[in-house]
Amino acid sequence: MSELEAVIGLEIHVQLATATKMFCGCPLSFGDPPNTHTCPVCLGLPGSLPVANAKAVHFGLMIGLAVGSELAPRSLFHRKNYFYPDLPKGYQISQYSEPLCSGGELGGIRIHRVHLEEDAAKLIHVGESGRIHGSEQSVVDFNRGGTPLAEIVTEPDIRSAEQASEWLKLLRSTLRALGVSDVNMEQGSLRADANISLRPAGSSELGVKTELKNMNSFRFIERGIRAELARQEKLLTSGGRVEQETLHFDPDSGAITSLRSKEEAHDYRYFPDPDLVPVAIGPEMIEAARADMAELPSARAERLQAEVGLSPDSAHALTARAELGDFFERALAASPDVPPQTLANWLTVELVPRLEEVEDPAESRVTPAALAALVALVSAKQVSVGVGRQVLDKLVADGGDPEAIVQSEGLSAIEDEGELAQIVAAALAANADAAERVRAGNDKAIGPIVGHVMRETKGRADGAEVSRLIHAQLGA
Amino acid sequence: MSSGLLELSASAAVAAVAAGEVSAAELFELYRARASADREAGEQGLGCFTWVADEAPEAAPGSPLGGVPLAVKDLFCTENVPSQSGSRILEGYLPPYTATVVARLGRAGTTLLAKTNQDEFAMGSSTENSAFGPTLNPWDRSRVPGGSSGGSAAAVAAGLAPWALGTDTGGSIRQPAALCGIVGLKPTYGTVSRYGMIAFASSLDQAGPMTRDVADAALLLSHMVAHDPRDATSLQAPSELQLPSAERLDGVVLGVPGELTGEGIEAGVLESFNAAVARAEELGAGVREVHLPHAPHALSAYYVLAPAEASSNLARYDGVRYGLRAEGAEDLLDMYTRTRHDGFGAEVKRRIMLGTYALSSGYYDAYYGHAQRVRTKISEDFASAFEEVDLIATPTAPSVAFGLGEKTGDPLAMYLNDYCTVPMSLAGIPAISIPCGLSDGLPVGLQLAGPAFSETRLLDAAHALELALEFDGGPARV
Repeated sequence: MSELEAVIGLEIHVQLATATKMFCGCPLSFGDPPNTHTCPVCLGLPGSLPVANAKAVHFGLMIGLAVGSELAPRSLFHRKNYFYPDLPKGYQISQYSEPLCSGGELGGIRIHRVHLEEDAAKLIHVGESGRIHGSEQSVVDFNRGGTPLAEIVTEPDIRSAEQASEWLKLLRSTLRALGVSDVNMEQGSLRADANISLRPAGSSELGVKTELKNMNSFRFIERGIRAELARQEKLLTSGGRVEQETLHFDPDSGAITSLRSKEEAHDYRYFPDPDLVPVAIGPEMIEAARADMAELPSARAERLQAEVGLSPDSAHALTARAELGDFFERALAASPDVPPQTLANWLTVELVPRLEEVEDPAESRVTPAALAALVALVSAKQVSVGVGRQVLDKLVADGGDPEAIVQSEGLSAIEDEGELAQIVAAALAANADAAERVRAGNDKAIGPIVGHVMRETKGRADGAEVSRLIHAQLGA
Repeated sequence: MSSGLLELSASAAVAAVAAGEVSAAELFELYRARASADREAGEQGLGCFTWVADEAPEAAPGSPLGGVPLAVKDLFCTENVPSQSGSRILEGYLPPYTATVVARLGRAGTTLLAKTNQDEFAMGSSTENSAFGPTLNPWDRSRVPGGSSGGSAAAVAAGLAPWALGTDTGGSIRQPAALCGIVGLKPTYGTVSRYGMIAFASSLDQAGPMTRDVADAALLLSHMVAHDPRDATSLQAPSELQLPSAERLDGVVLGVPGELTGEGIEAGVLESFNAAVARAEELGAGVREVHLPHAPHALSAYYVLAPAEASSNLARYDGVRYGLRAEGAEDLLDMYTRTRHDGFGAEVKRRIMLGTYALSSGYYDAYYGHAQRVRTKISEDFASAFEEVDLIATPTAPSVAFGLGEKTGDPLAMYLNDYCTVPMSLAGIPAISIPCGLSDGLPVGLQLAGPAFSETRLLDAAHALELALEFDGGPARV
């Protein structure tokens, strides 16, 4: 058998950050006491009727515009009928034959469609099984029920698990820039299913696909897809066949289990919801959506290169995570004279790794103005790079103002050449062997001498100046 | 208590309360006692009610409907008052909110007297498909009152309520009004909020007044019509409803469709209908034959569309959150199956099956899609008919009240009751039934239908005809 190629399409459910639910006036919530944000409509009580949330349609149009979709002339909702305890009406209101947005493209991956629907409630299963079968009892929390969702479906253009995860990050930053969702995977406001198949490399036919459900972190997505690709490859290379089915990936055990086979697939009996009349999407609605669109990551990356002068790598890093770009631009605004590339490097190379679990530097103790002030000190050689790192450690731990820290800790660079020359002379005397080797032309031997000076000055000396003085005093 | 008070129409009672001739409390107590007696009589009574108020609620002081009591079909949600839509599956269910239209009428001054019996989930034409047992026709207790709003119709006819609310999906206000000799109006779809009406078929369901006379129907309707932001299908009527005053029909052109006035209509009904049309001509109306070529297919389309919507609307009755939950289920599917097996009656199950089938993958277009196209044709038929005539006249029901149990074994025979009323439902246009005479001592209904939002004209014409026909057939008061 020739080499196999992965063919992956994603279905992403995004909870929209509207004030209220998709078809009623209940506020959206996360983590509140169960069943405190409910009403007759989202509980599916007899006689209640849905009314579509105009803001959700507005957000849907913004997503469509962002990915270049064709926008539907009207908003039409269908009923998707099936029984489950998290679905209080016995049907989900969703878009079917006329999605709000069709086609489009993001980061080289084609978009099939974007449609609106309502989220299900949350089931909590009591007992060891953790699933409805075999649970002692199951309880339902309807707070989430009826939350507006945009379902974004890609074409099967993705070729690896890593690409899937990278693309999802781009989608997330795009949605975040639009402001249409919190896009928080841990809280479930961004959830991804993957349709996965293999085919001989170079073939244009599609193999039999499986659907891997509801992976809730970038890591699980990558691992889940990789595990499923490995499972399919093993099947195919040993002469077996992939069955079309829906699968569940357990991130703890790495196991993939079947949720249902093709034969068990539901007949959803879709039909237009007679409680919701079709609403025409007028040019004024589209213009309103366009007017609300913030700068998208791709446009921002271009601007950061062309206007701010960042390297392509930095521009990419600051836009793939919109929160980094936001922090960067706020810092630059606070100190417009700081060299932008140096600022970008300090943010991505120095600050971000120090924050560990904190994803958004704005949530750390380091303010954008403080980072900019620190970078200004370093750039002006008022403190050395090493001292700059020490000050950043302090800022991350306690916050504060870099200049004040430098003052109070006596960390200013040694500007008195005479003082530094004396320390260098002492260091040369203390490291006579090394000094001799440097004089003989072995520049690598300079290390211990510089180290001595830095110890003596607590890192306040400028490295280049120290090196210059050593060579000068040795006449080398 | 004065028997004269009982003879007052609701409009007259409103005036009497306003004039201080009678207190709202006295009026309420009169009807409460009568309704209670019917309920307490059990099988000896008419079986009009599923719930009767214990005491008089406060009426809004100085309100336009002056504290006149109102009976409301069971399927309207009423806060903390049982609302079961005639079904066992909603046993014990107390809604936490009140339907928009009931709340509106409450603000206008009506007081909630009782909830009335109905066919389960409004599916039926005889009020025999109810978890509470059948309602009897006050004209002849061996006969049905029609349905599905049979409890409301019988209560108004028997003087157990001054007026009542019903709902009409394919004829459920008009047909029982005809069989009980009262007035029933189905308004233009969308003019009265459906919020809080336990749904049967969403694209057809519409609330309307069931009253002793046309003036009462107009007065009650005028306080029901309003745009409701909670109902996405709710519409703003283009003009305000005027109360009827016409005594003549000069300049009005009535269309009589051959398709709904021939085969299948009982001879006595047709005779009474033709006499009413002749009377209309004497009042100055022009009468002309019109064609509704697709009307004979209306019933077939209706019995695809309504069950399809119902199969989905009734999916929420699953035993998870409210109402009946079957005991001893082994797992989730077993709980669903047993609950719905025990909770739904035979006719409801039949329609759920029909509707589920019609929406199934591979059958959708042949059934649901086809029926929708027929529905469009029927609307177009009416639109072209209304280019020639102002109103359309037909008998309301093909027969007078039939015997209890006579059609329960033959669903198709039962469905044919809606033959003359379903076309207007599919077209979403307003239609009123008024009593136009007796056949074998039982009331016959005349149906008048007009274009969307023509309620004022419709009520005026019905008012003039009502005056001229001098139907005086109130059944013996119970």
